Amino acid sequence: MIESREDLGADSSPDEDETWELRLYVAGQTAKSIAALANLRRYCEQHMPGRYHLEVIDLLEKPQLAEGDQILAIPTLVRKMPEPIRKVIGDLSNEERVFVGLDLRPKRP
Amino acid sequence: MQDAPLSPATLHQLPKAPTGIDGLDEITEGGLPLGRPTLVCGSAGCGKTLLAIEFLVRGIRDYNEPGVLMTFEETADELAANVASLGFDLRQMQADKQLRLDHVHIDRSEIEETGEYDLDGLFIRLGYAIDTIGAKRVVLDTIEALFSGFSNEAVLRSEIRRLFRWLKDKGVTTIITAERGEGTLTRQGLEEYVSDCVILLDNRVIDQITTRRLRIVKYRGSTHGTNEYPYLISEDGISVLPVTSLKLEHTVSDDIISSGVPGLDEMFTRRGWYRGSSVLITGTAGTAKTTLAAAFALETCRRGERCLYFAFEESPAQLIRNMRSVGMDLQPYLDQGLLRIEAARPTLNGLERHLVTLHRTVAQFKPHAVVIDPISNLVSVGSLNEVRSMLTRMIDFLKVSNITALFTALISTHDDRMDRTEEGVSSLVDTWVSVRDLEGIGERNRGLSILKARGMSHSNQVREFLVTENGIQLLDVIIGPAGIITGAGRLTQRIQEEAQRAVQQHEAARRDRDLERKRRVLEATIANLRTEFETVEEELRRISHEEQTRETSLHESRSALAKGLSADYLAAKPNTRP
Repeated sequence: MIESREDLGADSSPDEDETWELRLYVAGQTAKSIAALANLRRYCEQHMPGRYHLEVIDLLEKPQLAEGDQILAIPTLVRKMPEPIRKVIGDLSNEERVFVGLDLRPKRP
Repeated sequence: MQDAPLSPATLHQLPKAPTGIDGLDEITEGGLPLGRPTLVCGSAGCGKTLLAIEFLVRGIRDYNEPGVLMTFEETADELAANVASLGFDLRQMQADKQLRLDHVHIDRSEIEETGEYDLDGLFIRLGYAIDTIGAKRVVLDTIEALFSGFSNEAVLRSEIRRLFRWLKDKGVTTIITAERGEGTLTRQGLEEYVSDCVILLDNRVIDQITTRRLRIVKYRGSTHGTNEYPYLISEDGISVLPVTSLKLEHTVSDDIISSGVPGLDEMFTRRGWYRGSSVLITGTAGTAKTTLAAAFALETCRRGERCLYFAFEESPAQLIRNMRSVGMDLQPYLDQGLLRIEAARPTLNGLERHLVTLHRTVAQFKPHAVVIDPISNLVSVGSLNEVRSMLTRMIDFLKVSNITALFTALISTHDDRMDRTEEGVSSLVDTWVSVRDLEGIGERNRGLSILKARGMSHSNQVREFLVTENGIQLLDVIIGPAGIITGAGRLTQRIQEEAQRAVQQHEAARRDRDLERKRRVLEATIANLRTEFETVEEELRRISHEEQTRETSLHESRSALAKGLSADYLAAKPNTRP
């Protein structure tokens, strides 16, 4: 068990030089969307500053993009890179769950 | 003031979107509620998706209403392939911008939930799909899949409620499919959210034969058929059979058509049965029911009318061969296209499929007469009630189409099948001919009688008939001392009658001879008497002549004396006297 957790951690923990590609789907400036964006920005700056690329897509403006990433819930955060694709839905208020969802290992303080 | 008052019908009639599905529009009295969601629920494999897709496809094809299909289970490619066999070309429709397919892929393992969310993404996707093609019809198949993708049921339920509300506001006619749950219509209780129309599909296997049934559980604001209606998934899609809703309103014909057996025709006062009526021929095994049926079919073709023959026991080739042996050649009419034989084992299909086959074949072939030989075999497919209801629908359907129908039914006196068939059908048919074995000592003969004939009087006799090389021949009725006589009894009777007739003839001849003799004797006597008379007459005439002569001579001598004759003469005269 310990071994496998270490393996998993080793495999999926972001390398120092790997850039994360994140996409946040929102629908208008709702409270949930704003909260999600704020939360996400905070996590990224804390744990992988300079190594992420964040794109915010407002589906009210580009509804045709919803199908491609199989978006149902709003807000949805999609980790496009590194593969595999992972999704986290909700306002991202629970930090721990966001990390699990993105498979991100928080930097030890 | 000048406005014509609206009739109640136009006031209260809920606007409806015709589905275009065979029969469904009749049950729903026009279609699904326009611009509202309809829930279609049912267990696995009962054709929910197909019904929904057919609704879309027919909408596009027949009513020019573009549609959106949002599928949560199958991918667009899978769906397109699945319905291609029904002749639905989804790809072409997509290319024509008449249809939009959106496959919603939900995989819980990919999704982590954190914090509050809603399903605006789904709304946006659906809204985008609807708006790009101007869709009027939407299908969500199966929205319950959302429950496997999201753990926050409270959010999900409120979002689904909002979705239906939103669809209503958009004015699209929607079909939502859902899996049937234990004790509830749907597993997730979706029926609480869709309150306008709920259709339940059911797939039952009874005695290894699947029967699919459709029922409208509710339809707010509209009347609808309330029964369970069998439906079928056939090559052309779904067809529901709402035939039980038929009313007894068909028009009737006053035409009489021949049964094909002259003797049988004569048993009816109007020499045949009515066109468009239904005729049942029941009989035990081997009583020539099929032969009678074929005779009717042949007669129909001979009149130049089309006849459709459903053979549930024999193959067409066998039927033709067998009928040829009794002098009925069906082949020419088969070649001319006047006769069509559809042969299948009853157990091949469920009852509904048989009914649909009948409907379809009748629609294609447009026959004037239909023969079903025999209907009793169908009992092996379904329960009595089902068979009865199927036959009711079949008979009603044929009657409405003014098609004369002839059914044969095998009855057996050894079990309760006789009652079953009789109960099941006899009240439905107009004319009932019974053929049976008249079993005597050492022989069996066939007897035919008419049990009922609506609308005309008929013979009450049991007529013996023979299946000869020239078809069926009814024999004359022979009434013996103890009633009607058949078979060997008939022969005996005939021999006896012949003997009696011979005796009578002999007797008559003897009497004639006797008379002749007497006449001759009399004539002889008369001749004798006449001869005698002549003799007497002759004698009398002679005597009279002599008398006259003597008289004359006496007179002469007297006168001579008086004049004084010579003495010599006088002298001589006395000497001559003795």
